[in-house]
Amino acid sequence: MVEQTVRIISNEPDADHYFRLVVRAPRIAALVQPGQFAHLRIPSPEQVLLRRPFSIFQAQGDTFSVLYKTVGKGTQALSRMGAAEELSAIGPLGRGFTLPEPGGETPLLVAGGYGMAALYLLARRSPQKGIVFVGGRSRADILCEEEFRALGWEVRVATEDGSAGEKGLVTQPLIAELKRGAGKRKLFACGPNPMLKAVAGIAADFDAPAELSMDEQMCCGLGACLTCVLPIKTGSGWEYQRTCTEGPVFDSRRVLWEV
Amino acid sequence: MNLSVAIGKLRMQNPVTVASGTFGYGVEYAQLLDLNQLGAVVVKGIRLHPVAGNRKPRTAEVTGGMLNAIGLQGPGVEGFLKKYWPFLKELKAPTIINIWGATIQEYGEVARRLDAVEGVGALELNVSCPNIKEGGAHFGTDVTLLSQVVGACRKATTLPLITKMSPNVPSIKPYARAAEDSGSDALSITNSIPAMAIDIQTRRPKLGNVTGGLTGPCIKPIALKLVWEAASAVKIPIIGMGGIQNAADAIEFMMAGATAVAVGTASFYEPQTALQVIAGIGDFMQRHGIRDVRELVGTVQVE
Repeated sequence: MVEQTVRIISNEPDADHYFRLVVRAPRIAALVQPGQFAHLRIPSPEQVLLRRPFSIFQAQGDTFSVLYKTVGKGTQALSRMGAAEELSAIGPLGRGFTLPEPGGETPLLVAGGYGMAALYLLARRSPQKGIVFVGGRSRADILCEEEFRALGWEVRVATEDGSAGEKGLVTQPLIAELKRGAGKRKLFACGPNPMLKAVAGIAADFDAPAELSMDEQMCCGLGACLTCVLPIKTGSGWEYQRTCTEGPVFDSRRVLWEV
Repeated sequence: MNLSVAIGKLRMQNPVTVASGTFGYGVEYAQLLDLNQLGAVVVKGIRLHPVAGNRKPRTAEVTGGMLNAIGLQGPGVEGFLKKYWPFLKELKAPTIINIWGATIQEYGEVARRLDAVEGVGALELNVSCPNIKEGGAHFGTDVTLLSQVVGACRKATTLPLITKMSPNVPSIKPYARAAEDSGSDALSITNSIPAMAIDIQTRRPKLGNVTGGLTGPCIKPIALKLVWEAASAVKIPIIGMGGIQNAADAIEFMMAGATAVAVGTASFYEPQTALQVIAGIGDFMQRHGIRDVRELVGTVQVE
């Protein structure tokens, strides 16, 4: 983990409300593991005080990129920044995904919206190919499908309005695949909480291991403030663990959805 | 140039520390900055037993600051000593341990337990956390209870005691005097300010705890006035805190009467802030021909 001032190489709109930010950050880029995140300080006239966490989408050479959606004043301010502007980044942070082992379980990736971003590096660095299930409300929410195909992964799309792929939730094609029952599979998921909760249930139903990348509101990103905690099962009961430090990736069997 | 200050028996190599609850147990920041450059490390509040903390959401950003209602999640004193003390005791910078309890007796017990630990720099008595039902703030807003908490800890330990004062009182002076008269070696001023925020789409409070404590740059003028008032009422040193983002903010607190300062919320968004404040105080002293940082304390010209 390091803090460094990073320079924006590009910050382009991708689809509706989605942007791709690429920054030059040699010290951070070299350390990135799949599923980790960067904590960005966004200089802004609206006084965005706290940093904002972003899953690291790609890390190549001395750059890394993030894929984000404009959802509040922080991401809106970020979307107005341009090439050559600078911002402070801390990263890479958190515990990411466990890389699949050669000859081990077939990886099935499940993404909702910009959850795709957290899964790309996993697919890229996985020694074996698998299937990516990607869902969203409509076509505009289906991101970086081509990047996954370019890696040689099969991509199955579901949209709630049917404007791309199968009509419905991303869990439908996932269940269909699991029902086929061909060998051992492991799920890796990132997306909105209801989707993650559904994936955890499906994993339990099919007795498949699953790793979930949790998206929680965060403050320091370093483990100090205890904002981003989740109730996680321990040997005898449960405790609040930090999404930024013990996570963001958790074993689905350990996440308690209600306490 | 002398930057060192004394808080009771505790010597600090410079007057800059961090605010309890904003710096974890120090170790969380160790990869990003040299903790040994700090005047002291102040850890998150601990009580006798482990604490799960409040329901979520626990923080909310507001204009110029943030709300928190963490609920003093922590490992309890034994968990702290096992998990965090081995790291902290090796630091050259002293550690100030923030403690609290649900009863006066518990404050005393935690103080006694830590009195037996070699190398603790000082204890900070949290009598002003707004986010817990039992203990916390009500000890800090009742002069009699405040005196009893400080007195119980004074009997339990010879370690320097720093009482963390509530901002939520009509005048801070009688509380400051009560802490001093009961044996506190110093005061830290101030804690977060009770506050709330509402999500107008859902009509729900933005915090799971409904209300929380406001911190960050927006509270600095309030904290500064409290420090200034308390400084006129007591002889013991004051550690000033509330919204400090840079050396200029810190120097304001010192001019208002603080012997030392703590960086709080700013560490969340700029972990280097405390070190930048130390450097900036040195620069200011050099520019103004000040040889000893203590020459700044209480020098605001009111007339």
